[in-house]
Amino acid sequence: MKKTVFVGALTAATFGAGFAHAQTTLETILDRGELICGSNTGQAGFGAPDANGVWQGFDVGFCRALGAAVLNDPNAVTFVPLTSQTRFSALASGEVDVLARNTTWTFVRDVDLNLTFVGTNYYDGQGFMVTRDLGVSSALELDGATVCIETGTTTELNLADYFRVNNMSYEPVPVDTAAEAQQQYLAGACDVYTTDVSALASSRAAFASPDAHAILPEVISKEPLGPVVRHGDDQWGDIVQWTLFALIAAEELGVTSANLEELKAGSNNPEINRLLGVEGGFGEMLGLDNEWAARAIAAVGNYGELFASTIGDQTPIGLARGLNAQWTQGGLLYAPPFR
Amino acid sequence: MSSTTDPRMAETAPKKRAFHPSMLLYDQRYRSITIQIFALFLLMLGAAWLIDNVINNLRLLGRSFSFNFLWQSAGYDINQRPIEYNSQMTHGRAALVGFLNTIILAIMGCALATVLGVLAGVLRLSKNWIVSRLVTVYVEIFRNIPTLIWILIFGAVMAESMPAPSAFRGDDPSASMIFDAIAITNRGVYVPAILFTTELGVLPLGPISPSLNWVLILAVLVAGVFANKYIIAHATRVQNATGLRPKTWWKSLLVLFGPVVVIFLALGAHLEYPELRGFNFAGGTHLRNSLLAMWLGLGIYTGAFIAEIVRGGILAISKGQTEAAFALGLQPGKTMRLVILPQALRVIIPPLISQYLNLTKNTSLGLAVGYMDLRSTLGGITINQTGRELEGMLLLMAVYLAISLTISGLMNVYNARVKLKER
Repeated sequence: MKKTVFVGALTAATFGAGFAHAQTTLETILDRGELICGSNTGQAGFGAPDANGVWQGFDVGFCRALGAAVLNDPNAVTFVPLTSQTRFSALASGEVDVLARNTTWTFVRDVDLNLTFVGTNYYDGQGFMVTRDLGVSSALELDGATVCIETGTTTELNLADYFRVNNMSYEPVPVDTAAEAQQQYLAGACDVYTTDVSALASSRAAFASPDAHAILPEVISKEPLGPVVRHGDDQWGDIVQWTLFALIAAEELGVTSANLEELKAGSNNPEINRLLGVEGGFGEMLGLDNEWAARAIAAVGNYGELFASTIGDQTPIGLARGLNAQWTQGGLLYAPPFR
Repeated sequence: MSSTTDPRMAETAPKKRAFHPSMLLYDQRYRSITIQIFALFLLMLGAAWLIDNVINNLRLLGRSFSFNFLWQSAGYDINQRPIEYNSQMTHGRAALVGFLNTIILAIMGCALATVLGVLAGVLRLSKNWIVSRLVTVYVEIFRNIPTLIWILIFGAVMAESMPAPSAFRGDDPSASMIFDAIAITNRGVYVPAILFTTELGVLPLGPISPSLNWVLILAVLVAGVFANKYIIAHATRVQNATGLRPKTWWKSLLVLFGPVVVIFLALGAHLEYPELRGFNFAGGTHLRNSLLAMWLGLGIYTGAFIAEIVRGGILAISKGQTEAAFALGLQPGKTMRLVILPQALRVIIPPLISQYLNLTKNTSLGLAVGYMDLRSTLGGITINQTGRELEGMLLLMAVYLAISLTISGLMNVYNARVKLKER
């Protein structure tokens, strides 16, 4: 009996790790005819199914752009909802091709977990949300508070560090998903809900009375969120990376879903021409065809359009561009040149 | 054996045939061994193939197999800490905290399940219609709904319907403490804690260093139980010799509780009451929602199964035993306690072991309500932060296996003591 259990576990481990290396990721996706994208279990604005069951959001939009670039169909994407606990195993085992699920780029994840963070699509930081009637105006007043925290996240570690460094105590209430955290927080089982500020804003927008909750001014960490792929398949890593850069560069160069068709005919800016495949043959270097970036932009718009339509000022989430503005606008977005 | 023998001898004595390889297959004496060796070989081959595959795949993924992560700083906090722990300590220490939390929950759960189960099992056989039906409802409702659902229900009920600590604040609070000592909030129940003015220090036992005060009290309690056993045995000897049983209740009370009370007084034991301070209650002992939800969910659920086992055990004892006991003039309560249950135990113990094992393994559902047991610390956060799934899972399996084998070993010892002695 003991042996059976052991062998069973080894079998599971074997098969889990086994199939990822039969062929390259790109070949697998082309054979399969669809892209499998690891997404959030449901976070309004970033990745959640809408009323019709269609996945919508900022991270989802990136996967759709990738689907358009690789498979010429933004809807040929299957979304696999992953908790913060399951996401890396799902990616490592080949269950998903790419992880676009507000995942923080850290040293250990990049180096020790053998993942490749291809870039940052949202510069975030960890913050605290409290109810306004608690009368707290700074995170430094939270000594002794009960804090809801998603387990298996970087925020869990930041939280421990922040309270320790500031000589404060707290009572962690570990939860598995954002939905559970919101339920506990709204029930008053914790005083504070902490996670990335963008996710706090997203949660708050979904509350019955958003105005009763305040996000405290302290941002206690750097959380560069971005798409993640497995180590070892650099071609696929390049495709994901440059799709992200294509969306960012498109905004910088003024290419929008509105003027895309016009610019595809050719323009006098050679970088736009190279981006849209009019010249340079960049798509073929990636193992795709030359219109890949144009299709990605056509699917979801450029970075600015995607941001505005999912999480921007005009949406219920209401996030300002802040750090996520183009470098020319005082932000951190900076795509390498298409050359 | 190939030397020539006298042909006449061969006719009288059975001829001892020389060993021939074909006998491995056709001779019944060897065939079973052959098959077993062959099967073992196949099993080992299969295991070798799997292990080789794992090693190869890990190498392809660029991963090594190492338990070094256990000595790295964990970085995360745990709310329920039976032993000293902070986020700067190691993953191994965090796993140990989780292990102790698992044990605490398993012991509490088994105790609750046993008490409930024995009560419900006996009451279900009650001649009182209402009592037996009520218990039937309890058993059928609890054992037919998954334990995870019960855990979530208990967790949700406590989080959603109990008052927040802030409700206890102000001149006219909407909630108040029971006897000014127990506070039931949506974050758990705060009860008074026992503190000592004299601390004897700790018992140095490596990573787990229990307070000497409690070790001393436990030792005195155990000694009291043994002394009480001696008193009762003595009373039985006197009864057997003279036919009169000496009164023992006051001796038992004195031996069981006297020394403990003396020690409590000597060490200056006093109660520390929980009081509202800042965001939460401080002081006292905090029984968190997660612990209570797990305890009630597992205890009441498993209790329903134990009730059925107890009922089955009692029904297995022939009615003649009850009638004989009644004929001797024993009251129904004494009949149950002295005649039926001791015999029923022989039927009850073996399936009871399985229920204890089930409950212990079900503690791994803790993450559902955020209970920081071994599965949540080592098997959850640690694996997630270090990415050592294979190592973590193997360790987790080994620990659960060890816990289960220990429980089943202890229960088998008990079973051997109560089972029918055949001489």
